[in-house]
Amino acid sequence: MGISTESQFHVLAVDDSLIDRKLIERLLKTSSYQVTTVDSGTKALEFLGVHEDDQSNSDIPSVSPNTHQEVEVNLIITDYCMPGMTGYDLLRKIKESSSLRNIPVVIMSSENVPSRISRCLEEGAEEFFLKPVRPSDVNRLRPHIMKTKLKDQQEDKQENKEEELGKPEFQSREEKEEQQQQQHHHLQQQHSNGNKRKALEEGLSPDRTRPRYNNGLTTVV
Amino acid sequence: MLGLGADRLRADMNRLLALLFHQGVLDEQFLQLQQLQDETSPNFVCEVVNIYFHESEKLLRNLRGLLMERDFSDYKKMGIHLNQFMGSSSSIGAKRVRNVCVAFRAASEQNNRAGCLRALELLENEYCYLKNKLHELFQIEQQRVLAAGARYPMQN
Repeated sequence: MGISTESQFHVLAVDDSLIDRKLIERLLKTSSYQVTTVDSGTKALEFLGVHEDDQSNSDIPSVSPNTHQEVEVNLIITDYCMPGMTGYDLLRKIKESSSLRNIPVVIMSSENVPSRISRCLEEGAEEFFLKPVRPSDVNRLRPHIMKTKLKDQQEDKQENKEEELGKPEFQSREEKEEQQQQQHHHLQQQHSNGNKRKALEEGLSPDRTRPRYNNGLTTVV
Repeated sequence: MLGLGADRLRADMNRLLALLFHQGVLDEQFLQLQQLQDETSPNFVCEVVNIYFHESEKLLRNLRGLLMERDFSDYKKMGIHLNQFMGSSSSIGAKRVRNVCVAFRAASEQNNRAGCLRALELLENEYCYLKNKLHELFQIEQQRVLAAGARYPMQN
């Protein structure tokens, strides 16, 4: 196909309806995504390598060694109305997990309920799609994946840089901090879908760093 | 004149589709399904519609089963079945079936048993009509593919 492995992003789709799973799978594959579908939030968490019991140990990473996530998941798209764990419950669990909270999550629903939509967005969902999902909706996924990729790359870069400068001190602390700020600023400017999402991002970040997930509370489904 | 046969069959298919759209039996979502079908997934529409038939018939049996119960009172359960039916109908573009589900759900929310029974009759009829028409559509499509294939074996 000529597509490099880097551009093959992997989406995990969660929906209890078989028809909707078929649909979303086809929609995503048509847009060159790799797709895994599961029929429940519980199975989604299993696939992602998260166990309920580990949530109580906030110091230890919540991913169990034997079921460590082999395949990277770049985005999760989930139905809202599902028996047992709803899409909203799943969203919360993902955002509460130290290993998973950076994966962008999108919610789908057949019903247009404004309070539902804002609740999901407040909890950290990137988008809310009304069903039936259209190709134009799928086109909106890429920026969310790229934003996370850039952030990851930036973090990696920082780590590498710090390693490099570790032994001989070439830069003073002030110079280093200034450089970091410049890089950060530069990367932010590169984001095309500017003001609106940035505002949303800034609005959300205090919530994301809320110590909620460090409280060691086990959420009961 | 096999080529002519394929063209005529395509015209028949389009005519049937146009009729179904005009009657409101199908909506744009059905077209979306067709657009998702290609060489890599040549039976996509048929696959999805067959799943829909299978699930719908199960749901209809469940709904009838519930309403036939002497001491029926589980409107909540009925609501769950209806939501599922609504969702899947909406996903394949079965507009009229979906609309009957909406009315059915309203009757259910009012605990209106007689209204539910009426809605169920209507739903069964609408579903029946849809199924027959879609089968017709698939038959024409099958014939068209055969006819086109016989003339130009390399073509899709």
